[in-house]
Amino acid sequence: MSAPDLSTTWLGLKLPNPFVCGASPLARDLDMVRRLVDSGVAAIVMPSLFEEAVLREERGALRHHEMHGDAFAEASSYQPMRDDLSFGPEDQLEALAAVKQAVTVPVVASLNGTSPGGWLRYAKQLQEAGADALELNVYELTIDPNETGVMVQGRTLSMIEEVRSSLSIPLSVKLSPFYSSLPNFAAQLEEAGVDGLVIFNRFFLPDIDPEELEVTRTLVPSSSTELLLRLRWLAVLSTQRKLSLAITGGVHRVIDAVKAVMCGAHAIQMVSSLLAGGPEHIITMRRGLSRWLEEHEYASLNSMRGCMNLKRCPDPSAYQRANYLEVLSSWHGTMPGPLSS
Amino acid sequence: MTARKTHVLDGNEAVASVAYRLNEVIAIYPITPSSSMGELADLWAAGGQTNLWGSIPEIAEMQSEGGVAGAVHGSLQSGALTTTFTASQGLLLMLPNMFKIAGQLLPCVLHIAARSVATHALSIFGDHSDVMATRTTGFAMLCSSNVQTAHDMAAITQTATLASRIPYLHFFDGFRTSHELSDIEMLSDDDLRGLINQELIDAHRQRGLSPERPSLRGTAQNPDVFFQAREASNTYHGNVAAHLTETMGRFEELTGRHYDLLEYAGHPEAETVLVTMGSGAETVRETVEFLGAQGRKVGAIEVRLFRPFPVELLASLLPPTVHRVGVLDRTKEPGATGEPLYQEIVAALAEAEAFADLERASNGQAARHRPAVYGARYGLSSKEFTPAMVAGWLDELDTAKPRRHVTIGIIDDVSGLSVSYDPSFDIEEPGVISAVFFGLGSDGTVGANKNSIKIIGAETDNHVQGYFVYDSKKSGAMTVSHLRFGSQPICAPYLVRNAGFVGCHQFQFLDRLDVLERAAQGATLLINAPYPADEVFSHLPQEAQQQVIDKELTVWAVDADAVARQCGLGGRINTVMQTCFFALSDVMETENAVVHIKAAIEKTYGKRGADTVRRNHEAVDASLLGLQQIKVPGTADNPRHRVPMVPDSAPDFVRAVTGVMLAGKGDELPVSAFPPDGTWPTGTSRWEKRNIAAAIPIWDGDVCIQCNLCAFVCPHAAIRAAAYDHSQLSAAPDGFPSVGCKVRGLEGKRFTIQVAPEDCTGCSLCVNVCPAKDRTNPRHKAIDMMPHAAHVETEAERWDFFTGITADRPASNGKIDARTSQFSEPLIEFSGACAGCGETPYLKLLTQLFGDRLVIANATGCSSIYGGNLPTTPYTTNAEGRGPAWANSLFEDNAEFGFGMRLAEDQAQGRARALLRELADEVGAELTDQLLHDFNDTDAQRRRIIELRDVLATVDDPRASQLSLLAEHLDPRSIWLVGGDGWAYDIGYGGLDHVLSTRRNVNVIVLDTEVYSNTGGQQSKATPIGAAAKFATAGKAIPKKDLGLEAMSYGHVYVAQIALAANPNQTVKALREAEAHEGPSLIIAQSPCVAHGYDLSRSAEQQRLAVNSGAWPLFRYDPARALNDEPALRLDSRKPSTPISEYMANQTRFRMVERVDRKRYKQLQRVARAEVKRRYALYEQLSQMVVPGVDVADRAAASLALAEADGRIRKKRTPPAQPEATS
Repeated sequence: MSAPDLSTTWLGLKLPNPFVCGASPLARDLDMVRRLVDSGVAAIVMPSLFEEAVLREERGALRHHEMHGDAFAEASSYQPMRDDLSFGPEDQLEALAAVKQAVTVPVVASLNGTSPGGWLRYAKQLQEAGADALELNVYELTIDPNETGVMVQGRTLSMIEEVRSSLSIPLSVKLSPFYSSLPNFAAQLEEAGVDGLVIFNRFFLPDIDPEELEVTRTLVPSSSTELLLRLRWLAVLSTQRKLSLAITGGVHRVIDAVKAVMCGAHAIQMVSSLLAGGPEHIITMRRGLSRWLEEHEYASLNSMRGCMNLKRCPDPSAYQRANYLEVLSSWHGTMPGPLSS
Repeated sequence: MTARKTHVLDGNEAVASVAYRLNEVIAIYPITPSSSMGELADLWAAGGQTNLWGSIPEIAEMQSEGGVAGAVHGSLQSGALTTTFTASQGLLLMLPNMFKIAGQLLPCVLHIAARSVATHALSIFGDHSDVMATRTTGFAMLCSSNVQTAHDMAAITQTATLASRIPYLHFFDGFRTSHELSDIEMLSDDDLRGLINQELIDAHRQRGLSPERPSLRGTAQNPDVFFQAREASNTYHGNVAAHLTETMGRFEELTGRHYDLLEYAGHPEAETVLVTMGSGAETVRETVEFLGAQGRKVGAIEVRLFRPFPVELLASLLPPTVHRVGVLDRTKEPGATGEPLYQEIVAALAEAEAFADLERASNGQAARHRPAVYGARYGLSSKEFTPAMVAGWLDELDTAKPRRHVTIGIIDDVSGLSVSYDPSFDIEEPGVISAVFFGLGSDGTVGANKNSIKIIGAETDNHVQGYFVYDSKKSGAMTVSHLRFGSQPICAPYLVRNAGFVGCHQFQFLDRLDVLERAAQGATLLINAPYPADEVFSHLPQEAQQQVIDKELTVWAVDADAVARQCGLGGRINTVMQTCFFALSDVMETENAVVHIKAAIEKTYGKRGADTVRRNHEAVDASLLGLQQIKVPGTADNPRHRVPMVPDSAPDFVRAVTGVMLAGKGDELPVSAFPPDGTWPTGTSRWEKRNIAAAIPIWDGDVCIQCNLCAFVCPHAAIRAAAYDHSQLSAAPDGFPSVGCKVRGLEGKRFTIQVAPEDCTGCSLCVNVCPAKDRTNPRHKAIDMMPHAAHVETEAERWDFFTGITADRPASNGKIDARTSQFSEPLIEFSGACAGCGETPYLKLLTQLFGDRLVIANATGCSSIYGGNLPTTPYTTNAEGRGPAWANSLFEDNAEFGFGMRLAEDQAQGRARALLRELADEVGAELTDQLLHDFNDTDAQRRRIIELRDVLATVDDPRASQLSLLAEHLDPRSIWLVGGDGWAYDIGYGGLDHVLSTRRNVNVIVLDTEVYSNTGGQQSKATPIGAAAKFATAGKAIPKKDLGLEAMSYGHVYVAQIALAANPNQTVKALREAEAHEGPSLIIAQSPCVAHGYDLSRSAEQQRLAVNSGAWPLFRYDPARALNDEPALRLDSRKPSTPISEYMANQTRFRMVERVDRKRYKQLQRVARAEVKRRYALYEQLSQMVVPGVDVADRAAASLALAEADGRIRKKRTPPAQPEATS
């Protein structure tokens, strides 16, 4: 038997394997990018361009500059402001262009906007800078009690429609798991012209320091335990929509990748495992996946994709309900050994 | 000649644009008001702009103007076209090289924004005292009178110097011309090519030193030949006028603009002629023409070429009808027969007339009547010079016996020299639109007005003029913009007096200042008012209401702050006010103006601020909606009056002088108001209640942990701590907060933290460093920023009470740490330093530790400006009347200046001790012994000195009165040399190094902001690698110089590097150890500055990052430790634990380098990383090395010829007893 075909199509992009470097600082370093490519990464997602960060720096720098300018006879200003100085997203755009120039694999831009105009403006700039596709990181934290989920979704949808109508490259949306009706929202996104979904975003989570009474920020690397939430929604969404699906968060081992594809993933985004294992972890994953397919007699990744989704798995109800009861009832038949073992 | 397109520039840019294009090497150094010429050259070079020959000029910042002159000289000797820009003391530092450059016939032009030379006081403003000091150098001296002329003369002199080989000093009035915005016709590259003679350039290059054509220059000559050789260049000097005239002729052919060496204007049969140079000549000419049109026979000569003076031309220009010549000098030469221009005119006329008489005599004619010459001084330090003053001078000259040497524009009630004049005399043309705008430095008023002028200059047929007046504060500073527009060129180099439009951009100004004084009858007044339109008038103080009614002003208002806030512009109301100005003035159609304002906004922010452009565009649109006309009733009915500038309780001098200056009426003070030697009282800043903070810190004693950090970091001494007896509270106002003191040793006392609500700048540094949080509501800290308006009254009452409390002060020789240091009274308070200034907390601490015996030599720079720039003085006194004695000499000499103070003190001290010993029998053995040897307890020693004086009063011996006079020196003084990094690392380094080498007991504190802060952030050798600064626009490529390590190499110098907010206790410890060290000490203090480009309220975090990243290692090198066989160097910060990139990422000065050129930035960052490692490794090794110590006292004694047998007075202060400071 010849080696199994690992190729896949994600967002219309033909990829030799499903392993994609997810949005992370990894792509900021060109040497790292080259190592990823040498390891066989199929595509690279650039770190997110955060509109909030761009604006904050621009406003801050100009405010400090202006506050003290033209205020004292001996100094019209305190910093040299060159005409070619820019506080816009140029450095991210340049980084994207540099990665594009350095590699032949598809490069996907990632964007987190805060204003309707910002989403559109930066999306266009990223496309112009050479992005092969754009990932919209639409997460926002709504703390206003007057704002309903419908309002939030409506705002997101109208933004996406606007971006879609002015962009020609494929568009995927990186979702949070916290939608009350994810399939419905996915359907609306598909209708709006979105090409794919990324499941799911992971967030900086605030922690607190009880001694100093400060809120601190942490980002804990993902683990395989996070996989399960994602598998379920892959299994559900992959049957309902034609959207191109990528998983992100929780794929560390080959078996994690196998499960993701079985539930319907077209691409597998990895960050934490690459940060831990280095870019060469891609080689391990590629080889392991190939071996697994071979051992389990799958000729290609495509033939395996979706075999455990909502439609094709033996017990679809397992995906459809909160499975606490299921687990309990299963104990009637086969009593496991002592917990301590 | 077809009309050319005009551009709106200031004088400095107009000159620099020519100088840059016509030179290959430009050596620079910052000094006001010339700095921007160097800055522009650096900016253009960084942007790749080329000169006329397609190359980018070499721009090199030197360590001083002296260094610049040397570099210019060397470059000229090597055949490059070379220039520089400078002023005042900077020019004086160039003198030796100027003699050489002229003596060696090296063609060049130095461009000078002429400025007062510091005498009884420093002044940054314009007059000719600096250029006149160079008139013996052999340079040709040519003066420009306005922006257009300065631009043209930059080209003309560059051409003429190559022709004559005589170097030129091209000068123009500092600020009045250097900073005035005006529309000018710019010279194109083709114009310059047409003017410049390439053959002359080639000849200059060929004369350059070359091994191909070896020669030797700068020989030493002896009496046999020097004189003759000196005379050998006479023909070159003699040909200057001819070359210049020829160049001016060609210039006229190219541009249509006519110039001559001297120019006459006025009546052809003038009986009185005034002679002037510089911008004042414009005022004189315009006034003379105005009076001439009324039939008065007056004329004016403008002098362009001052050296070599065109004698014959002067004689030929004077109408034969002239009886009197009035010469106006913008400088003072005490003791001279007259000022320089006067002398020149007297001599020139005498010579010319003498020749003419000889000629007439040879023709058998009678000698001609000679006009009498009278001299006058005017306009020193940019003092206003108006047509009214010119008219006054002409009236004086019309009297039967005019006075020969007078002053114009001041009231001299001491020597009676001043000329009186009618201030209402005005010659302004009716077609000129004039406007004044009162704004805050931080609200963008000046920037907006510069923008408006550029729009009007570019988009209408109007000629324009803009001039800007700033006050002397760096925080909460007021700006006044003076704008003129008109169909004819504006020749009015003086402030607007009758404005058709007045913009008051801050409502509170109306309460404090006479804003409407400059409003013309029937003018339009635009107010930024935080009130509904129908309430605005009622909020005006009665004086303003009355002026509005009397002057029949049309009043408009807009709530600009609200509009700006709504558009996300914070306190930047500039766009709103600018839009409203255009809507109300008739300069151009509003719609058209809006288009241009928006275009200007885009141009201003360019790529730098796409979001800022959007928000400002929104503000433009929103402004017009908010603009409303105010109905003016017939009566002024507000019972509220304008607030007096200082209270009645202020000392006489403060009320009579300071208060008048604060009210903006300093021009009206007569000569008798001033001390003749520049001595000024301290402690006056407390009388100026500025109320500039929007929010102030309010204390909650229940939450407070009494660490006193808030007071420790406060830059303005506006929040203070006190521990005191309960009994003190008997007269406390209701609700005065007080809690039990938790500080060890002060248990049982009461404790209060109190804000000075009217003096706080609202920087919120105190709140950010406060570690004490309410554990049930951590957002509430022991101090919170609260609205000023809601708390000012209560807190002001509490502050008054607080300052009267007799508090517990720590003994100066006892235990003092950061916390207890704040129980000492700060003796510098409420300075004009920037909000959040990183320098002033060090000085405040210095005064808290040693203030009542402190003598400060202060280098010029920020610290001399907030420390000594009038009207108010922040150094103050304690209840006993003691406090820091402070003096500033120069920028370059401060180490030597302070060293001189030390020498004088050592001499006085030695003399006092010797006399005491001689009079021991009369004084008594015990008292003598205690006075000589037991002086560490300051209070006890001071009591003994009183006792000594009492005894001496009874002794009949002339030595007794001598000793009584000198007795104060038995109480050791603490001499500190204060300055910034520009002084210590660059211009004053030679002197500093020398002083440190001497082993005398001086203490140096370098307030290291890593740039020349005062002049606007130019790089110094302290600027860190990777930081953008002016003169290092592309990011500094060399790491910061290690001044501390250099000083350590002596072995006997106490050296410490400190960062106040990163390690408060180490800071206190270092200052005390330095002071106790018997030899020289050097403290390098990390000083956050607005030039770093981050929110200074977060500077404590940045200081910690600086330390933790290794950018600013903390250490103390104490030679005393080496004597105990310990390593002298002690590291007070740990091995760098934070990447240097993290420290750099937060500051605009680094980020802008990254933003422009990421690749280069990464390289710079790599070097920075390596430098951190290198420095730390070096320090770490040094901190483990034990080397033989240097006994400073021994060596000092050995080196002092005047040392006494028992050694000079030596302080054996208890070393700080708190635990070792660590990071």
